[in-house]
Amino acid sequence: MADPAPYRARDWNVHPAYDYPAYASTEFRAPKQPLVPIPHTLSEVTGPSFGRDAAPEGEADLTVNARVNGEPMGERIIVTGRVLDENGRAVPETMVEIWQSNAAGRYIHEVDQHDAPLDPNFTGAGRTMTDADGRYRFVTIKPGAYPWGNHHNAWRPAHIHFSLFGPGFATRLVSQMYFPGDPLLEFDPIFKGSPSPEAMQALVADFSMEITRPEWALGYEWDIVLRGRDATPMEA
Amino acid sequence: MAKQTASQTVGPFFLYGLTPELATGIRYTGYTGAVLADEATAGEHIVVEGRVLDGKGDPVPDSMVEIWQANAAGRYRHAEDDRADVPLDDTFRGFGRTGTGKDGGFRFRTVKPGPVPGLGNAWQAPHIVVCVFARGMLSHAYTRLYFSDEGEANGADPVLGAVEAARRPTLIAERTESRGQTVYRFDIRLQGEGETVFFDV
Repeated sequence: MADPAPYRARDWNVHPAYDYPAYASTEFRAPKQPLVPIPHTLSEVTGPSFGRDAAPEGEADLTVNARVNGEPMGERIIVTGRVLDENGRAVPETMVEIWQSNAAGRYIHEVDQHDAPLDPNFTGAGRTMTDADGRYRFVTIKPGAYPWGNHHNAWRPAHIHFSLFGPGFATRLVSQMYFPGDPLLEFDPIFKGSPSPEAMQALVADFSMEITRPEWALGYEWDIVLRGRDATPMEA
Repeated sequence: MAKQTASQTVGPFFLYGLTPELATGIRYTGYTGAVLADEATAGEHIVVEGRVLDGKGDPVPDSMVEIWQANAAGRYRHAEDDRADVPLDDTFRGFGRTGTGKDGGFRFRTVKPGPVPGLGNAWQAPHIVVCVFARGMLSHAYTRLYFSDEGEANGADPVLGAVEAARRPTLIAERTESRGQTVYRFDIRLQGEGETVFFDV
């Protein structure tokens, strides 16, 4: 078979280096040997695809998908955007998974012992598939900030974790979305892990009055860019 | 050209988000989990297990391991693997994901993949693509698992050939038999002595 068209390289001017002393946990977890470059074979350009049944419609509304005896507490928000490649093309029918703290800044997890209440009606997890235009849309609760042990008085800014696949295993991405105007951003080593100030700012969603729904919820918009290809054989 | 969105760590709290079956005990059809093959799946049924270890040799209890592989015939379930003469298997998707336990351990049940085409006319030895995510890793890390009983194919594999010989053993899973199962043992050392080879994919 013909060789697959490779994806563009992971942009290490954008992605954080493994070894990043300001984020203390990298100390013993960062690989120290240089990465060995390999060309893209079928093993790298292929990757899992999921049907719509893997992300049932209700899983995109985190204010509903974990209800036990009522609505979750906090500020309801809409988070939407498009998944694109570096060429500006939509990435359709790809799985988008999110997870986040509740409004009080607490996760359901045995390791999270932050002195803040759990919400019995909120797991903070959801997933959906992008549409033909690459668009995803979640309804959720605005996450709270929370303390962590990285340094004295360390607080994570409010954020939503995102996991994306794209068309191949090479396009896999896990990232975090932040909220505009958050005063904690400048103190957060995870947010600041990217070597590029522009790439950091690109992790901050835009508030959108257009997406905001009257009498119901504020809207935020965040586009995500996955690796693209120089040219596919069909375009050549 | 648009800039790639920066990677960020999965953090320690991805349980409900990425490995919900470990939180709820419910297996979600067509989604994720550590069981890739069922009784109907063609091929040699195997267990892939190991531990994720940090630079001090301590277990990493809050990492996530994902695997991606071809089926036993060597075909990927993906539009770009359009070799009609190599069969797909309806019962096999080729993707697995799990979180590590307190001992840093992970365990997948799958089938051994067949050889897959490389670039040009080359063939690649049977292998599984492995991706590691963790708190303390701002970007994920790619590696590959090869099989200890494929010595000849491994010797001709172009990707293994790109790795210095002294470090190749970090990519070879050791075959053992345990309680009637074929188990391949594959530890992932993020740092330090015997650091696993990670690829710039």
